[in-house]
Amino acid sequence: MNIYPSILAVASVSGGPVVLQLAWVDYLILSVYFAFVLGIGWVLKSHLKTSADFFESGRSLPAWVCALGFIGANLGAQEVMGMAASGAKYGISTAHFYWVGAIPAMVFVGIFMMPFYYGSKARSVPEYLKLRFDEKTRGFNALTFAVMTVFSSGISMHALATLLHAVLGLDYNLCIAVSGLIVLVYIYTGGLTSAIYNEVLQFFLIVLGFLPLVLLGLQDIGGWDGLMKNLNLYSAERGMPGAWTHSWAHMDNAANNPMGVEWFGMAMGLGFVLSFGYWCTDFLVVQRAMAAKDMNAARRTPIIAAIPKMLFPALVILPGLIAVALLQKGGSGLHLPSTPGGGPDYNMVVPSLLAQYFPNGMLGIGLTALMASFMSGMAGNVTAFNTVFTYDIYQGYIKKDASDAHLIKVGRITTIVGLLISAAAAYTARQFDNIMDMLQLVFGFVNAPLFAIFLLGMFWRRTTGHGAFFGLLVGTVTAMVFQGLTLPMGEHVGVKGGWITAEFIFRSSMAQNFWMAIFAFTGCFLATAGISLATKANKTDDQLRGLVYSLTEKPKEAPGTPWYSRPVTLGVIVLGAALVLNVIFW
Amino acid sequence: MQLDVRIPMGWLFLSLGIILSIYGFMADPAIYVKHSLGQNVNLMWGAVFVVFGVVMLLIARKSKKD
Repeated sequence: MNIYPSILAVASVSGGPVVLQLAWVDYLILSVYFAFVLGIGWVLKSHLKTSADFFESGRSLPAWVCALGFIGANLGAQEVMGMAASGAKYGISTAHFYWVGAIPAMVFVGIFMMPFYYGSKARSVPEYLKLRFDEKTRGFNALTFAVMTVFSSGISMHALATLLHAVLGLDYNLCIAVSGLIVLVYIYTGGLTSAIYNEVLQFFLIVLGFLPLVLLGLQDIGGWDGLMKNLNLYSAERGMPGAWTHSWAHMDNAANNPMGVEWFGMAMGLGFVLSFGYWCTDFLVVQRAMAAKDMNAARRTPIIAAIPKMLFPALVILPGLIAVALLQKGGSGLHLPSTPGGGPDYNMVVPSLLAQYFPNGMLGIGLTALMASFMSGMAGNVTAFNTVFTYDIYQGYIKKDASDAHLIKVGRITTIVGLLISAAAAYTARQFDNIMDMLQLVFGFVNAPLFAIFLLGMFWRRTTGHGAFFGLLVGTVTAMVFQGLTLPMGEHVGVKGGWITAEFIFRSSMAQNFWMAIFAFTGCFLATAGISLATKANKTDDQLRGLVYSLTEKPKEAPGTPWYSRPVTLGVIVLGAALVLNVIFW
Repeated sequence: MQLDVRIPMGWLFLSLGIILSIYGFMADPAIYVKHSLGQNVNLMWGAVFVVFGVVMLLIARKSKKD
């Protein structure tokens, strides 16, 4: 489950006034793109022989391809539309999701954790947990992860169909069927390689497709100076002068910035617990690095991915800032639909900018890029789902002696079933908005403490299976209780919290979420450590070789390896660059 | 290596670039006044796409020879 703020609210757009008028050339562009998407699966089909090819790309891909897949799988609609919306609502501090959130975690997983994931014989994250801890920890993780991925894929599907219905007037059912079918065909035929290749395509399409949008918007607002001037006017009107144009300067107190978060909750909650939990343990992203051709490539995958990732705010957050500045300045002709509450619907920033600045031709490119982002969100989840289901649930519990050919068949059937469940989830979300809110909440409870057991398990050999499993349960319960005792300002008791008693009020749901993560992590960490000390070690040192830091030989680069092929050197450079960005936009 | 991803990527961007450029030549310039601040973005980005596609194909070709 992604850590970005939800864009579920797209569901509330009912035929808003943003309408994209397509011409034949736009349809031609869409068709050419989808022909390539399906063609890739078709060509890869003839290379696909073993289940390792289907689920792990035969561990054969170069680092840069895995790296682009690593961020491409993530570059879903949550990011493209959601980050623009957050940029409008919170200003430049939204970039914390990148410069504090993603980058340090991506460097950490590459340098410290990939040796265990790639070096052990594990084929998935749950399988690593089985080797390191025990069967029950693996089962818990595999099951919750499988449920999470199909529902995430369903949310992408629902958001795509709702959006296309709103801006193009297309039929909702048709959008669900067509998007599901396209994703199905290219995963069914080409497996993980096909998904990763398409993520690479999508990555470049999104970058090259949205760059002109940002450039045109910037030009219209009067360049960077014009943008800053209007944003400062806007934030002054809201009683927080300068809050939209700085990332850290207003984080001293939650009352001084539109996010309603203070620096500690930001750095610990988002920067440490949530981001490390997501980038270091979520199989959806880790799977991309595990498809790399060797240990060095696997370690470099997330670090190379961090380079474009830290520049993404210019592509996905800047449109939101530009939209706010244009509305402040007035006279640009930009129009945002209203939310039911009456304010501008910032989830529609990207479609509105497309309608404003792209003539037919580029409009086709922009729309294709947007659709590609939804589909990569679906495909990423579906490939992670079919792998975890086939390896960790089917082969783990249902048919232990399944042949290789049988596993491919199961993987393919699982792909179909996964997409059918996604579609069912999409229709459920359409009917009951609250169900998806509830599910995201439950996933949050399960996910928040997860990183604690990886950290302890990988760096403290004394951590036991019982410690990890019951520690996870303690962390999950801590998260639930915390949520039950707190409430974001202005929200009602219920899904948003306070269902035990609203003991503590946060300034925003983001702050509540960050602090819930901090508590859940701490609870899980202490419980896992305590229970581990009280229980007997269930694995010998020999069994833990390759799974725990102190018992694993450090990967070494051959002498003469250039600096750009050394994960540690590369990681240090990336961290330095992220630090510079934090200082520039302080 | 099974299939160099740069090959389909090169052809995709080359095709999209050609479509954009042709449309940039033939479309009514009024659409650019209405949308893209008077600039023929179709022609400009069509050219960028073509260059990107060709570069991808050239790199793929070179790495196959190596």
